[in-house]
Amino acid sequence: MSNPDQTPAVAKTSLLKLDARTRKRNAAETRFKAYGMIAIGMGLLMLVILVFNIVSRGTGAFQQTFVTLEVELVAAKLDKKGNRNLDDIKKVSTFGYAPLLKDAFEAKVAVAGIDTGIKPKQMAAILSKSAAAQMRDFVIANPDMIGETVAFEFLASSRVDGYLKGRVSRDSIANDKKISPEQLDFVDQLVSEGSVTKRFNMSFITGSDASDARPESAGMGVSMIGSLIMMMVVLVLALPIGVAASIYLEEFAPKNWITDIIEVNISNLAAVPSIVFGILGLAVFINYMHLPNSAPLVGGLVLTLMTLPTIIISTRASLKSVPPSIRDAALGVGASKMQSVFHHVLPLAAPGILTGTIIGLAQALGETAPLLLIGMVGFIASNPPDSIAAGLMSPNSAMPAQIYEWAKRADPAFYERAWGGIIILLVFLVSMNTIAVILRRRFERRW
Amino acid sequence: MWWPLNGTDNGTLRMSITAILFLAVLALCVLGYSLARNRALAGAGGDRRLLHSLPTYYGTNAAMFTAVPALGVMVIWLLAQPMMIETRVQGMIPASFIDEGSSIGLVMNDVRRVADGLDLAVKSGGLSADDARKLSANSDVRGMLADRGVALGSDVKPEVLAAAQTYRSAAATGRMWMVVVVMGLALIGFAIAVSLSKPDFRARNVVERGILALLMVAASLAILTTLGIVLSMLFESINFFRVHPASDFFFGGSWAPNFRGDSDLSILPLLWGTLYISLIALTVAVPIGLFAAIYLSEYAGPKLRAVAKPLLEILAGIPTIVYGLFALLTVGPALVRVFGRGDEGLLGVEWMSGATAVLTAGLVMGIMLIPFVSSLSDDIINAVPQAMRDGSLGLGATPSETIRQVVLPAALPGIVGAILLAASRAIGETMIVVLGAGAIAKFSANPLEAMTTITTRIVSQLTGDTDFSSPETLVAFALGLTLFVLTLGLNVFALIIVRKYREQYD
Repeated sequence: MSNPDQTPAVAKTSLLKLDARTRKRNAAETRFKAYGMIAIGMGLLMLVILVFNIVSRGTGAFQQTFVTLEVELVAAKLDKKGNRNLDDIKKVSTFGYAPLLKDAFEAKVAVAGIDTGIKPKQMAAILSKSAAAQMRDFVIANPDMIGETVAFEFLASSRVDGYLKGRVSRDSIANDKKISPEQLDFVDQLVSEGSVTKRFNMSFITGSDASDARPESAGMGVSMIGSLIMMMVVLVLALPIGVAASIYLEEFAPKNWITDIIEVNISNLAAVPSIVFGILGLAVFINYMHLPNSAPLVGGLVLTLMTLPTIIISTRASLKSVPPSIRDAALGVGASKMQSVFHHVLPLAAPGILTGTIIGLAQALGETAPLLLIGMVGFIASNPPDSIAAGLMSPNSAMPAQIYEWAKRADPAFYERAWGGIIILLVFLVSMNTIAVILRRRFERRW
Repeated sequence: MWWPLNGTDNGTLRMSITAILFLAVLALCVLGYSLARNRALAGAGGDRRLLHSLPTYYGTNAAMFTAVPALGVMVIWLLAQPMMIETRVQGMIPASFIDEGSSIGLVMNDVRRVADGLDLAVKSGGLSADDARKLSANSDVRGMLADRGVALGSDVKPEVLAAAQTYRSAAATGRMWMVVVVMGLALIGFAIAVSLSKPDFRARNVVERGILALLMVAASLAILTTLGIVLSMLFESINFFRVHPASDFFFGGSWAPNFRGDSDLSILPLLWGTLYISLIALTVAVPIGLFAAIYLSEYAGPKLRAVAKPLLEILAGIPTIVYGLFALLTVGPALVRVFGRGDEGLLGVEWMSGATAVLTAGLVMGIMLIPFVSSLSDDIINAVPQAMRDGSLGLGATPSETIRQVVLPAALPGIVGAILLAASRAIGETMIVVLGAGAIAKFSANPLEAMTTITTRIVSQLTGDTDFSSPETLVAFALGLTLFVLTLGLNVFALIIVRKYREQYD
């Protein structure tokens, strides 16, 4: 119980006093530990940056700017013959509707007392290009409303939307022909007047992709259906085949070179780059079998081949975890080998198999590279399929392919959509993985 | 388009034939199940104790006999028929007919389109089946088909029309025979199985043998996939080397595809870009991943471990498209802000012009690989026997000395294996480099320049309009094969190392 200060200088060194070498070693120890903590910290930091980046840049896509405008559906322009005949009304193209928008803006400016120097045509340019089509659809659906004044809620153009979200500023549009600072002033006036508002945009989740000129109306809905159909194909094919293959390899296969080859094969397939599966799909399913390009069926088949190894590996692990005593007991009371497997082992392994399958599906859902090769990008998935057969065979996109498509487009307004699409994709992935974890926690048995 | 499930109208017709056939076989199956079951029970006088197997086995046996051979033949038929028809029709086209700059593949495309168009015309009622058969090349086939929405590139030549007619009739005959054979097989199987269903028939044994065979087929699908990958790429690669010298592909110095022909298609610049990006990715991922693994397995308490490990592994579960977007829209512009923009940039230099660069892709890929390295290394470090640590600590070594001088050397082979696996991941990664690396093939050591990789080129050569007779398209298969061999080699090598190491301590 001596204090170093009080110790008489009998011994030249004290155990309690650290010599230079020990201090060096201790410092090295601390450093080493710090490296480890820094490494973990950096890894977690990357995760935080990534998530923050996705959320901060993507949430904007779920909001959209709308312009409320009262448009008089002038009968003289929309129904020249005045007989409310639907065929005649349909003859008026969207160009015929455009002047109504200008008139509506003029009326609005007069009523609200907005002082602006810009022409009605420029006022109408703050609306999305889909505005005229939206009116036309409305009129065709409600021909009796012709002549009335109807309050429409139009999408604002992507520049105006970007202005309200802070993406577009007066500096950034210096060389932009699509919008001028005066128009932004006009938008400011409308905002304070209350007819330009930003609110939640459901059609981003349910809607279809739109052409390059209309980023404001592009949505994920159709590609979501494409992904869903592909996942169905994967589930229907990969689960039974994977389970059958695992049962054979785990329960029945004799130990010989054929089995060895199959096992080595499966573990290697799990590590083959995904793009190679895309090449396989292109060469076999499209080039040889002449299945249609861009069809979710082909995507599903390719993803099935990719997911099979994952499912087989996890199924085998859960079959392996069923203790041999279960099999022995079944065999002991006279079940055949097949009966013992199908009646006893398989049900006990089912939660593990399900978990593995969900994780495999989640992987397949996020896979993009093979889909590029079978042509699931590069076109506009505009209409949801009208039947299951059409859903399988007609060209469609998939969620990750749609995100890629948006990332490739020139207009930065699409980037926001891409980040928003990623949020939707991640919501799917997170919920699938959560379900898998819950299933595992809830049903996993330990022997 | 012969395929039964076809999007076009004419395909739905064929789909219905195949679908009806499929449903008919299934119906026969159900019928066979109940018939066989009841017959067996009736044979035993209703007393199931006298049966060899449970009654359901007799039913299952009948269903199996009915469906499996019939459906198996149907699948093979559907796969083989187009190949046989193609060869037959191809033989009809004289070699002189193929123009300069055209190919048998293009002519066959025309043949298929004409045949499809005629089918469509017959189906929509614009043409009677007889008329379609008698159609001569003098009539305006192209105009007629154009009316029905089938656009042809040129007027239909008599040879093409004749080939198309043969194609149609062969396809029709093929379909008819398929129906006959499949239904015949199903009926034979049905009859045999039902007549076999007597009480002393060992139905269970037969059914179980059948199921075992099905299980084996499922297991061998893995081999089939590998075979499909290798063969499809091999055949197209051989085609490629027929039209393009192999020496240029493997040893040439430049990559300059040119769709007018005469392209330089060498893999070396692409390989350089791939390896460079992978190297950067590994220099990011290996230190971070390795130190994280060491800390987690040697220092961290159970609480930190339970939180940090799954969080790190989230990074591995994020789809690569997300990383690609992250590279293109976040990391790339951030790097440009540092290394580019001249005086406006943070460093005031003008070294980087665009967001896509080797460094962009490499950094992001490194982030993706962190959990890969860390969880593999974690497993390997944990597999080092505790006695070795105890021995070292007992001799007075500090924990870090123990790790550096005892644990890591013991785990080294496994860690090398893990790094090799990560490298193979990096080489085969597509989306990050497609979005983040750029498209310029060159040998350069500057990480701030855009470069391209094998996977990027595969994507760009195979998307859009592809013509499977031009070397510019076919080169993608040679690239794919190289990539496959490269990653497979790395994987096998890594697995051998890991396995060898595991044996040492078991």
